[in-house]
Amino acid sequence: MATTTTAPGRVGVRMKVNGVDYAAEVEPRLLLVSFLRDNLGLTGTHIGCDTSQCGACVIHLDGQPVKSCTLFAVQADGAELTTIEGIAKNGEYDAVQMGFWEMHGLQCGYCTPGMIMTANAFLDRNPNPTEAEIRHALEGNLCRCTGYQNIVKAVQYAAKQRAGGAMEAGSGTDLDFEHKDVIEHAPEDLQDWGDQLAGQEER
Amino acid sequence: MFPNQFEYHRPSSVQAAAGLLAADPDAKLLAGGHSLIPAMKLRLASPSSLVDLGGVDGLTGIDASGPIKIGAMTTYAAIRDSRELKSALPILAEAADNVGDPAVQARGTIGGALAHSDPAADYTAIFLALDGSVEVTGTNGARTIAADDLFVDLFTTALAPDEIITSVSFPALDGAGTAYEKFRHPASGYAVVGVAVKIATGSDGKVESARVAVTGATSKATRATAAEEALQGKTLDDAAIDAAAAVAGNGLEINGDHFASEEYRRHLVSVLTGRALRKAAQT
Repeated sequence: MATTTTAPGRVGVRMKVNGVDYAAEVEPRLLLVSFLRDNLGLTGTHIGCDTSQCGACVIHLDGQPVKSCTLFAVQADGAELTTIEGIAKNGEYDAVQMGFWEMHGLQCGYCTPGMIMTANAFLDRNPNPTEAEIRHALEGNLCRCTGYQNIVKAVQYAAKQRAGGAMEAGSGTDLDFEHKDVIEHAPEDLQDWGDQLAGQEER
Repeated sequence: MFPNQFEYHRPSSVQAAAGLLAADPDAKLLAGGHSLIPAMKLRLASPSSLVDLGGVDGLTGIDASGPIKIGAMTTYAAIRDSRELKSALPILAEAADNVGDPAVQARGTIGGALAHSDPAADYTAIFLALDGSVEVTGTNGARTIAADDLFVDLFTTALAPDEIITSVSFPALDGAGTAYEKFRHPASGYAVVGVAVKIATGSDGKVESARVAVTGATSKATRATAAEEALQGKTLDDAAIDAAAAVAGNGLEINGDHFASEEYRRHLVSVLTGRALRKAAQT
């Protein structure tokens, strides 16, 4: 019987986040969203309601959209995660991000990372959705300022872009930050931290 | 919001998990965690240890080749997207798409939903109407619990403290009509009231067996036996459906709260029973 128990101390976890392998020892009660934000410095994933209602904390876990405020980090042991920081490819926004840009899908932007993660997972499952299906898919994501009209338009834009194949070169918008710039502010208690940073020099 | 501290176990077998439950009366099983973790964050629950089933192999998967068997850790998302279920037991796949939201569907499990016995859950009523059963394993071995025996009270089941649901089974439909109709709480998505039905008719068109189950209205998912009896031997026409819907709440102890009064919920039980029966008559 293989149990991994170190309570009430720490438990070892390994996970791949945005293509990067991480290993850490965490308290079992540490929430996944806090692990991403505080330990890994990936603050693009937001904490909104903290009660699994609002969807600001949605990330992808093994390809599925999940609310990272309602998982413990230890539950993601061995998983592959994608956060909002991992959506853009080669320095260009993806179709959903461009949809939010082009269709004015945000004002304050607080709900946007979760909206984009939910929308991306939804379009993977349903590439050609109706407006009603989009609204149904976004039921677990709350916006308190833009209103949903332009968010729905953003997802419709993305569906069209995706249907047309890869976005044309130059149609994306260059990102002006580097992943490693963000995570340099992470606290020191993460094991292998130096190795991780060293491993990212090539990225 | 962080929960109180707890000891974390991630066993690799059901037997080991049952042993851990037996060793700590305050331990809780962790499946999808979408009921338990919010309760822990609010400190409504503070288990001394969590036994995570995420490391146990063999608890997920869907077999719909004959009677339908679904691993307890199978998520709503897997049920929602299952081609096999869409043809063999479409009510189950359709209902999954209306549980919470896609992120909840990605984590919530069918075994967890039944073991939790939330009074407003969807699958409890569907499980009752479909006359399902659960296979459970404890330190004393395995047994099967029929749907009619599983739910005991609010958040209480017939499971012993060391017993774990390993799979959920449903008889094949064999032409029976099914439907689940729900009045969704607009914010939470939970059922204010939900009604699931399974109706089998003979070659003469008369109802041979009727199962009508209600969730949201009572302290646990409960069969509406008055409606079932009203349907027995009847042709499933408008008159029979209206008569059954009218008595659906009879004999049920229906709860009221700040969102929906007892009277309102009783009305919903009738309305939704009528809608579900009409839908089932067409399947």
